[in-house]
Amino acid sequence: MRLNRRLFLGSAAATGAMIAAPAVLGQARPRLVVIGGGAGGATCARYVAKDSDGAIDVTLIEPSEVYYTCFFSNLYLGGFRTFESLAHRYDKLANDYGIRLIRDMAAGVDREARVVTLAGGETVEYDRLVIAPGIDFREGSVPGWDLSKADIMPHAYKAGPQTQLLKSQVESMREGGLFCMIAPPNPYRCPPGPYERVSMVAHLLKEKNPSAKILIVDPKPKFSKQALFEEGWQKHYPGMIDRIGPDFGGDKVEVRPETMEVVIDGDVQKVDVCNVIPAQKAGAIATAAGVTDDSGWAPVDPHSMASRVDSNIYVLGDSSAQGDMPKSGFAANSQAKVAAMDIRSQLIGSKRFPARYSNTCWSLIDTDDGIKVGASYEATDEKIASVSSFISQTGEPADLRKATYEESLGWYAGITADIFG
Amino acid sequence: MKWVGQIRGLSVSLTIAVAMATPLAAAETGDVERGAQLWSQCSGCHRIGPDAKNAIGPHLNGVFGRKAASIEGFPYSRSLTRAGRDGLVWTFETLDAYIENPRVFASGTRMSYPGMKDAQDRQDLLAFLRQYSDKPRDIPEAEPTARPDNPDLSPEILALKGDPEYGEYLAAECKTCHRADGSDQGIPSITRWPEEDFVLAMHAYKQKLRPHPVMQMIASRLGDEEIAGLAAYFATLEE
Repeated sequence: MRLNRRLFLGSAAATGAMIAAPAVLGQARPRLVVIGGGAGGATCARYVAKDSDGAIDVTLIEPSEVYYTCFFSNLYLGGFRTFESLAHRYDKLANDYGIRLIRDMAAGVDREARVVTLAGGETVEYDRLVIAPGIDFREGSVPGWDLSKADIMPHAYKAGPQTQLLKSQVESMREGGLFCMIAPPNPYRCPPGPYERVSMVAHLLKEKNPSAKILIVDPKPKFSKQALFEEGWQKHYPGMIDRIGPDFGGDKVEVRPETMEVVIDGDVQKVDVCNVIPAQKAGAIATAAGVTDDSGWAPVDPHSMASRVDSNIYVLGDSSAQGDMPKSGFAANSQAKVAAMDIRSQLIGSKRFPARYSNTCWSLIDTDDGIKVGASYEATDEKIASVSSFISQTGEPADLRKATYEESLGWYAGITADIFG
Repeated sequence: MKWVGQIRGLSVSLTIAVAMATPLAAAETGDVERGAQLWSQCSGCHRIGPDAKNAIGPHLNGVFGRKAASIEGFPYSRSLTRAGRDGLVWTFETLDAYIENPRVFASGTRMSYPGMKDAQDRQDLLAFLRQYSDKPRDIPEAEPTARPDNPDLSPEILALKGDPEYGEYLAAECKTCHRADGSDQGIPSITRWPEEDFVLAMHAYKQKLRPHPVMQMIASRLGDEEIAGLAAYFATLEE
């Protein structure tokens, strides 16, 4: 769509006038309710509140007081960040943007009545609802493992105490011990995440426990940035990391948390630390709201991120099935801005522009050895489709890798300010 | 005041005091020709020489002896404006400290430069800069700011008046990485750039004259009006 400049200016002026006019007495402001205060939900809440100048009543439902970003949590595992540096609070969203915070879990959605029910029993009415709960794990995807075993074999794939637990397990691993990662099948949150994590664990072990070994059990034949990671592992951690793909039974794995064993295609392997990253699906509230399909994810309209099932509901980030974008914090933040624009146009008639999406994922292999992959996307009727992409190259000079890492630090500062204000 | 603590040691100050005594002595403290090469690290944002104008950064003619943040009309960061108000004057010592680590010297500066660590490099660069702080008739004729990555753009594209409101929508994509307040750590500030510099930079990425892959990708999808809109928005963005 080509923007007509004159039309646009006219409509912008009209919007301004509307905001300046005092609210009609007795007419309530339209209500946006957002479930989930992560990269998708918090960004969307902030952009709607910021750009509607109080014309829309924005509520954010989030059970945690402190949000720990999953992105960069691997750098905490590797000792490159403190745990506290991953922590973000919601005070600015409340104080600077007038967003109402509800510290509770959303338990259900009555789409007919447009009401969210909270775990505490209260109800919240909405005109538009954003569902951005991130991921949940598929039960039974790794036989022998369920959430009750996560204190023995942590997933550490939702940042917080699980991340701390995994780090302390790696740090107290016996000399020459074996760290095992059960990698997830596609699609899952943060495609390079498991392999960056392996790099960070290797970095930690190289310093403290250099005879230790790492085993990746992987159901996928290939993975994100594979050539770059494998080159980096060879360079920084030679002989430390092994990976068993599906050709050698990496897709036929079972775990025995009580005895710290991993069974790979019938062969029993004793392990010292086991990081189980199970198969994933949309966060439970998306399923409870009835906006997911048989795939376990919530299909959305690529032009707006509105649910294909219910156009009053938007699904952002990891939970959505949108096409080519990876499940990443960057992607969720990008999708949130498109949804925020669509929501404002629906609720207060502000100008709607064509959707634009982009994503970049940085990963750290070792000190000052950063890599990245990214793409930009456009909305087609069928899906969000990748239009151009790039990836770091193997054999890049050290100063470029260092600059890439420094760029990722800048991105972290930038995106967290963009999400939390 | 923060910057006072950053002034270099006494021996350097003495050298400089001697240097300042005679107009031509600047060269004695550093190698002007080497400084001219190092200047390429600055010329992306700063102009110097006859008719040099403010660009992304302020022009640097006559910077020696000038009060910090004192060029009329240039949108300095609050941090440098405050330093100037508190009496910071650019001298060999203060420039040396600033260039060594800009954000240690003035934490809120929008100068996206990580710092020049080598003391000899700084001496050489300052010797080069010093030439443009003499009386106007002594300013060298050569214009050392020609840039290989400037794209050829038609006058129509440069004359496009961007729509800042459209730019604001598009800018949401930029702000995932570039901080709106102009602070930068690893990713440069793009806040308060002159529109033409912004337009030239984006077209340079679009034409792949500038190398960064993320920016090439972002720019490849932006049309002329969209780039003009972004330029208009960021040029007026409040700190």
